[in-house]
Amino acid sequence: MSALLEIDGLTARLQVEGELRTVLHDVSLTIGAGEALGLVGESGSGKSMTARAVGRLLPRGAQTSGAVRFDGRDVLTLGPADLRRYRGEVAMIFQDPRAHVNPVRRIGDFMTETLRLQGVTGADAAKRAAGALRDVGIDDGERRLDQYPHELSGGLLQRVMIATMLLGEPRLVLADEPTTALDVTTQAEVMAILDELRHERGMALLFITHDLELAAAVCDRTAVMYAGQIVETRAASLLDRDPLHPYTAALAAARPDVAVSARRLAAIPGRPVSAFEAPAGCAFAPRCVCVQERCREARPPLDRLDDGQVRCRRAQELRGRMAAAIREGEASRA
Amino acid sequence: MPDVVLEARGLRKEYGELVAVDDVDLEVREGGSLAIVGESGSGKTTIAKMIVGLTAPTAGSIVACGRDRSAPSRSARERRRRGSEVQIVFQDPYSSLDPRQTAEQALDEVLRLHRGGRQGGRAARELLDLVGLDERQGRALPRALSGGQRQRIAIARALAAQPRVVILDESVAALDVSIQAQILNLLADIREETGVSYVLISHDLAVVRQITDEAIVMHRGRVVERGSTAQILDAPQDEYTQLLRASVPRPGWKPERRRRPEDQGAPA
Repeated sequence: MSALLEIDGLTARLQVEGELRTVLHDVSLTIGAGEALGLVGESGSGKSMTARAVGRLLPRGAQTSGAVRFDGRDVLTLGPADLRRYRGEVAMIFQDPRAHVNPVRRIGDFMTETLRLQGVTGADAAKRAAGALRDVGIDDGERRLDQYPHELSGGLLQRVMIATMLLGEPRLVLADEPTTALDVTTQAEVMAILDELRHERGMALLFITHDLELAAAVCDRTAVMYAGQIVETRAASLLDRDPLHPYTAALAAARPDVAVSARRLAAIPGRPVSAFEAPAGCAFAPRCVCVQERCREARPPLDRLDDGQVRCRRAQELRGRMAAAIREGEASRA
Repeated sequence: MPDVVLEARGLRKEYGELVAVDDVDLEVREGGSLAIVGESGSGKTTIAKMIVGLTAPTAGSIVACGRDRSAPSRSARERRRRGSEVQIVFQDPYSSLDPRQTAEQALDEVLRLHRGGRQGGRAARELLDLVGLDERQGRALPRALSGGQRQRIAIARALAAQPRVVILDESVAALDVSIQAQILNLLADIREETGVSYVLISHDLAVVRQITDEAIVMHRGRVVERGSTAQILDAPQDEYTQLLRASVPRPGWKPERRRRPEDQGAPA
């Protein structure tokens, strides 16, 4: 299967307070047609920037190198007409739907805007919008089309965003923490809808989240980011049980568990760093319990290991006992 | 059994037609930790606001450390006394700290007000030490610190008043996983060292499990289930608690689509 989306050695720098800062460093990823890839990481890890680079939504003045290819076309150099077509094929949904709708326009106007621009008649566009709302579990679509965003709850509005995105029949959906602001019961509902529609329509998904377990539940593969780099990619079902990178293992160990009472958590010392603050060697080295001198010397490459990829010099040697090494390391440090 | 440090009976709050909190009873014992669990619109934050006095209950009583605080305080002295009984730490340390005050100054202010006299900065340094901040961080303005460090300051500031109860209103919700673990450990250590009690307002069941012993589950203003945290999470009895528990992503979990009539309504 050839990749629908291919990110190849993508590096991005942004203008921050008059200086160029690296936000992404040598990011390489592929997503096949109909495949769901989870992009997991903490704040500043570059997961949102990766999605924005793919959506051509990086802030003004951003400098990029490397390539983003969609269906073989180079995304970073698309001209205005091609970019417009590309945006029909790649849709985005964000964490806060309220920030992405016009509060003084009706839901119907928002949903049908693109269809109308394509020459679809008002009545036809409204019918299709109501149909899309039905697909996301909103049965009284006609009534909703006449309402304003403030009349809808967050969960309902996020479903409107998904329905709107469906109208464009995208081949790839970039979803940036789409359920983080929602209640947990609503999150389950919205994720179920997204998951179902994705399978039905064969849409590919880049799903950005800080929640390892959520990513594991709804994605085929997961990539973990730290300091603007990919540190691990893996089959989603293995991310939790069998991590390749010490950071993934440490992250899994640091989470409280709803099913287990524990007095203390295996916290990771220090704080997550952004790409521009990362030290010369392995970016995670200062916080890693498995660190050795050679880790600090040069940045490790992203190597193949078993059925995944990992950016760690000790990954091979720690294979199979990573989680235990993390627990021991935490215990000796505490 | 340890003394009851915080007690609410028949707590009710109406906003016009809307009943945000309906007949809620709760009790926290010395050194205990109670979770108020619920989703948006459940009334959990309204309860926190009533306990600290940011809003007055429509009916019911709140007693902290044996003293009634159901009605607004009438004097500065009364407000100060209430502040030494119950403190609150909010979700967002970005907006709850004064951007022009260093951590030391923020602590010093509370220390002078609540402990009186000259502390010579020693008490402030002890507090910073307790929450794991060094002297340099103590002299920094909030904007120079990370989210986790700011939340440590907010916790230190709450503790400066030597309260018997600290309300943690989604206090770790905005933090990264690795930082959240540090703060949860810190909160557990502080409770062990000082014997302070917690009331945790949270929607996150894993966090609830980690730092509370008892829990009440709220749904649309009412308590639907109460008991030990472990028991509620391991064997939820109420239908809503079961739904809440089943919605938490975990290994092998698949999100389920279900018809919920209340979902079709307007925001709460």
